[in-house]
Amino acid sequence: MAKTDIEFDAIVVGSGISGGWAAKELTERGLNVLLLERGKNVEHLKDYVNARKAPWEYPHRGMRTHAMEEAYPVLKRDYPLNEKNLDWWASDQDSPYTEVKRFDWFRGYQVGGRSLTWGRQSYRWSDLDFEANDRDGVAVDWPVRYSDLAPWYDHVERFAGISGSQEQLPQLPDGQFQPAMPLNCGEEMVAERLSATFGGSRRIIPGRVANLTEGLPGRVPCRYRNACWLGCPYGAYFSSQSSTLPAAVATGRLVLRPFAIVTELNYDADTKRVVGVRVQDAVTDNTTEYSAKIVFLCASTLNSTWLLMQSATDIWPDGLGSSSGELGHNLMDHHFRLGARGDLEGLDDQSYYGARPNGFYIPRYRNVGDDKREYLRGFGYQGSAGRSDWSRAVRELGIGAGFKDEMAQPGSWSIGATAFGEMLPSHENRVTIDPDRKDKWGMPVLSFDCEIGENEHLMRKDMMSDMAESLEACGVKNVKTYDAGYYPGQGIHEMGTARMGRDPSTSVLNGNNQVWDAPNVFVTDGACMTSAANQNPSLTYMALTARAADYAVGELKRGNL
Amino acid sequence: MTPSQQAASNLGLTRREIIRRALLGSGLALAASNATLLTACSSTKERAESARLTPFTDVEIAWLDEVAETILPATETPGAKDAEVGAFIALMVTDTYSPEDQVIFRSGMKSLEAECTADVGSGFAAASPAQRQGLLERLDREQWEQATEHPDDEAHYFRAIKQLSVLGYFTSELGYTQAMRYAETPGRYDPCVPYVEGELSWARHA
Repeated sequence: MAKTDIEFDAIVVGSGISGGWAAKELTERGLNVLLLERGKNVEHLKDYVNARKAPWEYPHRGMRTHAMEEAYPVLKRDYPLNEKNLDWWASDQDSPYTEVKRFDWFRGYQVGGRSLTWGRQSYRWSDLDFEANDRDGVAVDWPVRYSDLAPWYDHVERFAGISGSQEQLPQLPDGQFQPAMPLNCGEEMVAERLSATFGGSRRIIPGRVANLTEGLPGRVPCRYRNACWLGCPYGAYFSSQSSTLPAAVATGRLVLRPFAIVTELNYDADTKRVVGVRVQDAVTDNTTEYSAKIVFLCASTLNSTWLLMQSATDIWPDGLGSSSGELGHNLMDHHFRLGARGDLEGLDDQSYYGARPNGFYIPRYRNVGDDKREYLRGFGYQGSAGRSDWSRAVRELGIGAGFKDEMAQPGSWSIGATAFGEMLPSHENRVTIDPDRKDKWGMPVLSFDCEIGENEHLMRKDMMSDMAESLEACGVKNVKTYDAGYYPGQGIHEMGTARMGRDPSTSVLNGNNQVWDAPNVFVTDGACMTSAANQNPSLTYMALTARAADYAVGELKRGNL
Repeated sequence: MTPSQQAASNLGLTRREIIRRALLGSGLALAASNATLLTACSSTKERAESARLTPFTDVEIAWLDEVAETILPATETPGAKDAEVGAFIALMVTDTYSPEDQVIFRSGMKSLEAECTADVGSGFAAASPAQRQGLLERLDREQWEQATEHPDDEAHYFRAIKQLSVLGYFTSELGYTQAMRYAETPGRYDPCVPYVEGELSWARHA
């Protein structure tokens, strides 16, 4: 095994949203950082090979083929399997996993991770969320409150560039926003009626989204192509490539190594510290060891937990952080894929121009204030209004010249929204190592045993019927509900399995994201989450990562790590 | 999730599911996609094997062009034949339809040809424009009524032909740039602009 001579100040595992932030914050505070990424490099702009490809240049116009479905037996379960950005989804065959119960795990194994393909919706959490476990007697209490994170939300919003509106909602705190992407005529009409009908409790606001409406250094405002997930030629949405990695590189203190699979953290029992990592080259299979004073695990929720499980097993058979009995447990996601839609009348003389990569948001209103439901927690909605396009042609009767020309014109308006609900943490929902099954690199894979429970099933009734009620109350016609079914993982918001807490006997991480059993290891991706809230989680990973990095550097300087 | 994915999600459908449902009717399509009816598949599978399937011939592609052109003819803007929709349909059926679905599609082509012969005494290629229009209007009404009145039944074969014709035409370069208006980079978002009836759609980029 090769051993490198260079000792880094910090090693960051994973280059996605959390890892990019860790690299930026640590290098900017003077640390020499090694950033390890298991997948290939993706260079900003240069490697966005399809960003300028015309839609008609894809032989199947973006749709999936048999060959793709055979190659991606997991990815094919939902929309990510497509012809346009398939290179940015991990191979299901190289990286299989075991499902005791179905879990849809959609991964991005490349520099930038899923920051390249994410949905970019960016919402703060509030104390309604951070106090929820304590208030409800569920799982364990978060060791942080909103006031701990608020300055870090400020910090990451300013740098990432989040556009949104100030709304003065206690359950969805305002932030350091660029101007919002406006609601269109249809959305504005329904927003006014909704607010009036429900006394302000149900509100349609512009989505808060990590797409620029004002320039930032090296980045141009959104050009409204809505082609984000091909990579943006303007750097107009937040990704590691457009935002955090250039900042880290600019310090001169970042070393980025792609194709570097971290297979183990090297734990030293005498000092109770991790002294470095073991890396397997994804191409050559050669192993190398790197050492550092601190390690940030940002490998994505389940891979960070996998790495802990693979480490220090001579001392703890179930891995580093397992002394609490909670490592791998409390796996969460957001449950969704249901809501309602209907037709909007009276706007046939209105349309819009440009492809907005965003929609509207309805912040949580259930179990807020005086509202009390038979389930805990709540949900928000994401949706949009617009005019139908040619794809209505199959639904509509017609053949020939007049029909063709009509279909080339915008059709009627409709509006719809999908609910995203909070999933409670449960000790029963967990991942374990499956020792009998190996991935392409000979590593044992994860096994998933996770399902939604009674609370989520009760919530789902409201998630669907509330939207129909709201739309009907706003004069929307032909309202129809839908429930496309849900399996954990489909939200692509994996959270938990190495939760933060106040007590080492019931949590894996402390309030600064340090592993209780190895305080120089910080886990700041979705693995750390103690509950799931209903808001999209990435902005909170950014804030937690920046906060932990600041704390880690302070502790290093104080000689405590 | 992008708004276009959201739209599909709002419908509760992926684009593929939309095609499958258009093709087969939702009940059968869902069962097939979940692979829960493996036992029921043997006869269909045999059919698929026996039909595995000779590639579409130039004659068949030309025939599909003519059918698609009748659905979406050249007007002031190019028609389906200009956009090579026949070749697109052949590619999509071959690459994206299951063997079972391919069999259904191929037999649908035969059915259409047989109906044409029964109606007007010749195959589709030899039928006059008015005869073609009349036949496809009748088939369109049949498929539409079946989808409307019996949405859980297997879809009428013409629905898949129409669906692929429409998809192939409007996602072609001619569809994007001549049938509709296309701005690769709109540059701005105007949330409300007056719309005068007859103005063409702005085609979506992604």
